[in-house]
Amino acid sequence: MLFLTRIEHFNAAHKLYNPEWSKEKNELVFGKCANGNWHGHNYELHVTIKGEVAADTGFVINAKILSSLINDFVLEKLDHKNLNMDVVFLKGKMCSTENLAIEIWKQLLPHLPEGVQMHRIKLYETPRIFVEYFGD
Amino acid sequence: MNKKVSVYRKEHFNAAHRLHNPAWNEEKNYAVFGKCSNPNYHGHNYEMDVKITGEPGADTGYVIDLKFLSELIKENVLEKLDHKNLNLDVPEFAHLNPTVENIAMVIYEILRSKIDKKLDLQIRLYETPKNFAEYPAS
Repeated sequence: MLFLTRIEHFNAAHKLYNPEWSKEKNELVFGKCANGNWHGHNYELHVTIKGEVAADTGFVINAKILSSLINDFVLEKLDHKNLNMDVVFLKGKMCSTENLAIEIWKQLLPHLPEGVQMHRIKLYETPRIFVEYFGD
Repeated sequence: MNKKVSVYRKEHFNAAHRLHNPAWNEEKNYAVFGKCSNPNYHGHNYEMDVKITGEPGADTGYVIDLKFLSELIKENVLEKLDHKNLNLDVPEFAHLNPTVENIAMVIYEILRSKIDKKLDLQIRLYETPKNFAEYPAS
């Protein structure tokens, strides 16, 4: 078993705001992140897959294929977007880094080639804050 | 002998923005600014180096008290820009495109008026780890 990680970047606007709560409660819980006009981040995404190294290629996955999958199913949908307004797979969800990592996992999982498994989504919201999701 | 020394304070903030020229239609904005013109905005983690150059004071050994500089930046720059929408929330960008160039210049003008004229000031502003601007140009 071998792990392979591809690192990508995207940037986006978002706000943390629960529509079930009053403006005051949102500001109490989410502070400046609840700003109604949004704020934004440079996100750094680490996608780690695992599998056996194939005898004929020496690859666990063709890294170019993994790059294309991330580009088509994640970056195209998130980069330079407003996470609350523009992203279908985040509709009705709180746009926290936690939820974003889980949804990125779900977007990629169905498209991985035979024999390749998702291992981890590591997502940095800032250079100092990141989450890790292992699918359970 | 030149006794000038540069000292730096690093800070960071994050914000939403879009690049948009209201004199152009949406097609032309998209042609020039691409994805950065998204009407619903996008955002960045900005990193900033504030550089102060001067001679260390004989009595303190300081070019500038970095704690004072830190508070100056916090009160006058970070309070204004952090977790904000640059286009909507910051009056300086009501009629100015919030490019990394223009943001660096706005930050410079804000701080220049509050720092001793004997000291030189330069702003380096990173919009992403790969894209940054410096003002004044050296």
